Amino acid sequence: MADRPIRVLVAKPGLDGHDRGAKVVARALRDAGMEVIYTGIRQTPEMIAEAALQEDVDVVGLSILSGAHRDLFPRIVAQLKQKQLDDVLLVCGGIIPDDDIPAVKQMGFAGVFGPGTSTQDIAAFIREQIAQKRGARAVIRLRSGQA
Amino acid sequence: MNPEAVAQLRAGNPRVVARAISAVERGGAEAREIIAAIFRHTGRAHIIGVTGAPGTGKSTLVNEFAKHYRQRGQRVGIVAVDPTSPFSGGAILGDRLRMQDLSGDSGVFIRSMATRGAFGGLAAATSDAVKVLDAAGFEIVLVETVGAGQNEVEIAANAHTTIVVEAPGMGDDIQAIKAGIMEIADVLIVNKADHDEVSATIAALEMNLNLKPKAENDWRPPVLKTIATTGEGVADAVAWIGKHRAYLEANNLMQARERARFRAELEMVVQREMMARLLRGVNGTKIERLVEQIAARKMDVYQAAETLIG
Ligand SMILES: Nc1nc2c(ncn2[C@@H]2O[C@H](COP(=O)(O)OP(=O)(O)O)[C@@H](O)[C@H]2O)c(=O)[nH]1
Ligand SMILES: [Mg+2]
Repeated sequence: MADRPIRVLVAKPGLDGHDRGAKVVARALRDAGMEVIYTGIRQTPEMIAEAALQEDVDVVGLSILSGAHRDLFPRIVAQLKQKQLDDVLLVCGGIIPDDDIPAVKQMGFAGVFGPGTSTQDIAAFIREQIAQKRGARAVIRLRSGQA
Repeated sequence: MNPEAVAQLRAGNPRVVARAISAVERGGAEAREIIAAIFRHTGRAHIIGVTGAPGTGKSTLVNEFAKHYRQRGQRVGIVAVDPTSPFSGGAILGDRLRMQDLSGDSGVFIRSMATRGAFGGLAAATSDAVKVLDAAGFEIVLVETVGAGQNEVEIAANAHTTIVVEAPGMGDDIQAIKAGIMEIADVLIVNKADHDEVSATIAALEMNLNLKPKAENDWRPPVLKTIATTGEGVADAVAWIGKHRAYLEANNLMQARERARFRAELEMVVQREMMARLLRGVNGTKIERLVEQIAARKMDVYQAAETLIG
């Protein structure tokens, strides 16, 4: 069975009202062949997890400017876990101080993209990571005879 | 699909519902297995299609409709379809943006779908996604599509009740008339009634309806005004959707509409399967050779197709 297009939820948690960056990323991912569910600004952790669940996405991409990542990211990760969405690839972009990056990665964000990152690099990163995940799942299915 | 999963799906477990929709959207053996397991549990939902030009306010209206049905305690499933980019194969699905009032309510399930563009695929995938929501106990299923392109229009027309949304202020053009989708409307809504030119738009739609010959007892679509952003007129629209349903039931038309839908689905599946089976037995080089012959004017496309089919 052919793989479906990669589905990505792009959301902007936090209270600041700018989503230009998130929109640029959303368009770039679409142009890279992905299906982007765009939910916009002021998303609570609960809203993000609920959308990720209903939309059955492969990736959750968070854009953040407000520095609220310290408070919000752990809550988002907890919400996703609670909904058993541990397998979803987590990436984030925006303004995250260098000192915080290790902690953010530790939380489960595979990709942390600073303001200078090219959108092509983001798309390539996602594509590579999802290919790996799908490959690993296919192997598991083969081994358990479900293929 | 094992009985345990079917039970979870029927109980509305969102994870199971979401995965099932992904599977039916992808198609293939797993999709068939799911449909086979759930089909007998479908047929309860009132399927409401919402279509119209981009930006007329369909998603905002769907959000408002859903809130009304939730107040009555009915569970609401939503399928929102947006076009796939023909260039990249990707899509931006932004309908949820207008449906944020519904978040945090486990009685609502929203799913965005891209048209993806496979032959006959969209209509089949949408209709199967609706079946999943129906089997999962959503009593109201709203299907939003852009009212352009035959597939999208067909999907809307296959609902029990089809709502065509128009917005004023697009100049002299009435998009619904231009796109030829007046015919499928059971309810016409002029949204953005806070804008000028509402009455002109309504008059144009009414006039167009009057041109249509009417059989006795025939349903005449009402032309309604709404302001989706404030909710004005939405209660009235929901009441009309209810009246339309009552009309269908009183005239045994629910079944008739369902049959029409199943006939269309059956034809589509047969077409797709025949095509798939046919092409499975043909290797790519054979098609390439035929293309060469056509290009060299040794054969026309009909003759070439005949050598494939015949
Ligand atoms: N002024 C006004 N704006 C509206 C109304 N309904 C929707 N909108 C706005 O129109 C834009 C498009 O709405 P949306 O629901 O996304 O339209 P869709 O593309 O048909 O789904 C959004 O900015 C809405 O807030 C309305 O009744 N009045
Ligand atoms: Mg919309």
